[in-house]
Amino acid sequence: MFKKLAITAVAALTLSVGGAIANEETHTEDVDFSFEGPFGTYDQNQLQRGLQVYTEVCASCHGMKFVPIRTLGDEGGPNLPADQVRAYAKQFEIYDAEKDEMVPRKPSDHFPEGTYDGAPDLSLMAKARKGYEGPYGTGMNQLFRGIGGPEHIVSILTGFTGEEKEEAGKTFYENHAFSTGWISMPPPLSGEDVEFADGSSNDMRHEAEDVTAFLMWAAEPKMMDRKKAGFIAVILLTMLSVLLYATNKRLWAPVKQRAKDETSGES
Amino acid sequence: MSHTDDHSGSRRDFLYYATAGTGIVATGAAVWPLVNQMNASADVRALSSILVDVADVETGTQITVKWRGKPVFIRRRDETDIKLARETPLEDLRDQESRNKNKPDTDASDQNRTLDENGEWLVMMGVCTHLGCVPLGGASGDFHGWFCPCHGSHYDSAGRIRKGPAPRNLDVPISAWHDDTTIKLG
Amino acid sequence: MSGIPHDHYEPKTGFEKWLHSRLPIVGLVYDTIMIPTPKNLNWMWIWGIVLAFCLVLQIVTGIVLAMHYTPHVDLAFASVEHIMRDVNGGHMLRYLHANGASLFFIAVYIHIFRGLYYGSYKAPREVTWIIGMLIYLAMMATAFMGYVLPWGQMSFWGATVITGLFGAIPFIGESIQHWLLGGPAVDNATLNRFFSLHYLLPFVIAALVAIHIWAFHTTGNGNPTGVEVRRGSKEEAEKDTLPFWPYFVIKDLFALAVVLLVFFAIVGFMPNYLGEPDNYIEANPLATPAHIVPEWYFLPFYAILRAFTADVWVVQLANWVSFGIIDAKFFGVIAMFGAIAVMALVPWLDTSSMRSGRFRPMFKWWFALLVIDFLVLMWGGSRPTTGIYPIISLIGAAYWFGYFLVILPLLGVFEKPDTPPATIEDDFNAHYGHH
Repeated sequence: MFKKLAITAVAALTLSVGGAIANEETHTEDVDFSFEGPFGTYDQNQLQRGLQVYTEVCASCHGMKFVPIRTLGDEGGPNLPADQVRAYAKQFEIYDAEKDEMVPRKPSDHFPEGTYDGAPDLSLMAKARKGYEGPYGTGMNQLFRGIGGPEHIVSILTGFTGEEKEEAGKTFYENHAFSTGWISMPPPLSGEDVEFADGSSNDMRHEAEDVTAFLMWAAEPKMMDRKKAGFIAVILLTMLSVLLYATNKRLWAPVKQRAKDETSGES
Repeated sequence: MSHTDDHSGSRRDFLYYATAGTGIVATGAAVWPLVNQMNASADVRALSSILVDVADVETGTQITVKWRGKPVFIRRRDETDIKLARETPLEDLRDQESRNKNKPDTDASDQNRTLDENGEWLVMMGVCTHLGCVPLGGASGDFHGWFCPCHGSHYDSAGRIRKGPAPRNLDVPISAWHDDTTIKLG
Repeated sequence: MSGIPHDHYEPKTGFEKWLHSRLPIVGLVYDTIMIPTPKNLNWMWIWGIVLAFCLVLQIVTGIVLAMHYTPHVDLAFASVEHIMRDVNGGHMLRYLHANGASLFFIAVYIHIFRGLYYGSYKAPREVTWIIGMLIYLAMMATAFMGYVLPWGQMSFWGATVITGLFGAIPFIGESIQHWLLGGPAVDNATLNRFFSLHYLLPFVIAALVAIHIWAFHTTGNGNPTGVEVRRGSKEEAEKDTLPFWPYFVIKDLFALAVVLLVFFAIVGFMPNYLGEPDNYIEANPLATPAHIVPEWYFLPFYAILRAFTADVWVVQLANWVSFGIIDAKFFGVIAMFGAIAVMALVPWLDTSSMRSGRFRPMFKWWFALLVIDFLVLMWGGSRPTTGIYPIISLIGAAYWFGYFLVILPLLGVFEKPDTPPATIEDDFNAHYGHH
């Protein structure tokens, strides 16, 4: 039985290594984002730059219907001043059922939906993709490197090779980060697509990272609150564990002492 | 029993109290979010204060906006409205209080109810103080103001109750000029 | 309640006597809290408290989430985002609830394997075991329906696949499936009833838990030696036991605090680690995700479900014997539920006279293999259905059934157990006394 199992295990490993290598071709580059790790935070300036890339590039096809515009003013987010948030909202229209006409959006409204059918909503994109798998389905990589949604987005945005092909009347663009290798989205960034007011670099790599950071914030706006709550809980439970350990030890001490006393005559 | 028990009593007590205390703090920290989640959520709070653009409101007309789930009347009063309201002696009024959240404990004179000194802008809840119907505007009723169709309460051009079953003047909510053409409610 | 002699509650003041003669609730609580508990329980006996905590955590967070959730196909996904973005602390509540389900299953699996190793299911504790299995089934149903509620892609397609299992039942399968779903496919009717049942079942579980506790308080706790508490007199019983309060309450609370420390670290720092990214995409009945996997706690049984394909000889035999009524799909369903059924029947399949695995030299190895088998099956369930994986799952499934149906009955006949200590007191003193 043991032998058989060992053989099977070895066979499984060898075979799945082949599978894993094949998988590795759609590779995800690691990006050192500011929001990674237990103490990572969003970089407010980066989120503002990312918002600009999103608005000037992505938003021409994609939408973000689950994100309220007012959250652009949230602390821990892009933290725009209230008048800028209002001005931002105004550039989009929304149907007002009471007035039966299109009116400018207010901060309490959400970002518009996408205008192009094939373009998925980006509200949760950074959490809806994974950059890392395995090895062999054990989830160890995700444990140590994170799920890798943001890394996947950066890799997609910078992973175009320039090759195109037509299939069933649709154009596909070669992209090594995409699962099938061919994606229907044309390359959205080519570098210098936007001008950043803070003079930050607007090469393709930086634009991709900035907009990805923004999308991560859009997907998980409460990340910093969550980490803080987790940190407090861990501190509190550490204290409680230590105290309960000591209490338990002291509580049982007489019982264990009695066991010693009773057996001291023996052996 | 162990002989060390006698003089470790106070230390043991302290340990037990510290453990119980930390346990209570941890429990409290867990209970608070359960209570707080029932408070108004961020989307509801975002609507607790709204901006109303009044640039397009003509003199002698009124707009109705929804605020905190209720209608708010914003009327740009004409000369007749202002004149009628300001010339009405206080002793003719049923309710002597301004009912203006911006000016608490003031009398019901017209100046205490309008948004601006000149009395051009009148902002008030469109909720009849009788049983909560929405009064009709357009200088209706016997007093050139509002008339509630439900039980026949008449309000004058400053929204003060003059006739009918309603007990109080129409309430003036927290409101202020945000800029020259925008009123902030709440 | 317990058959172990111990002090019972005696009402003293006038009010206590007045209440006790009308409603002996204080006595009930006293007897439950002060129950004599074998003093040699090890750290594997802490998972019951963790499970009780999980049930409370899930019910409490679930009730508050229900205050903000909308069970409608057009609004469910958005209402979950509303919870994550707008509700005060809503993101924590939801992550606690979602990861709470995982903690619940980690704890229940350790609890079950504890029982399997120490023979906790053996007479006179069969009823405790059976009730426990019912709790486990109810937990799986609750977790499955709860996972549908966010109405993401995995919610939708998981529901489609799992309810499809019922469609495999010959003749009446399709009718049953339609009845479960409220129509030909997973849709609004399904979402609504799943929400209703997801809210109801935890209270059924709570009732079953009360019966579970009642049952093992009647027989007394098991313990690592499998030796029963002496019941000749109160004095004798007190040599083997200590009251549950404070000795085991504090011990269990310490263990719970440590478990929660890890749990909160996961919720705070990596709340989506155990989830599937696809569930952050709103359900789309027109597009199936590339790779449908259930949540990790269903994987071992999912592997067994998928292991029995049409080219396996047992399946072909069953098909031939049943004149084609049992096809591979139905066989897989039978195997999946059968895998849980054989576990539920273990009190009658294990023929050994020795209760605890600690004193069964051969059993130990087969049991260790069962634990490995469970993990291998869990892994197999997460892998694609191509290449070597179905074979691994098939071997895993074969061992699972072999362990319960062949190895356990035979071991009782062939194995010569070691000698356990005479009493629990001896075991405890051997561990903590002078050596």
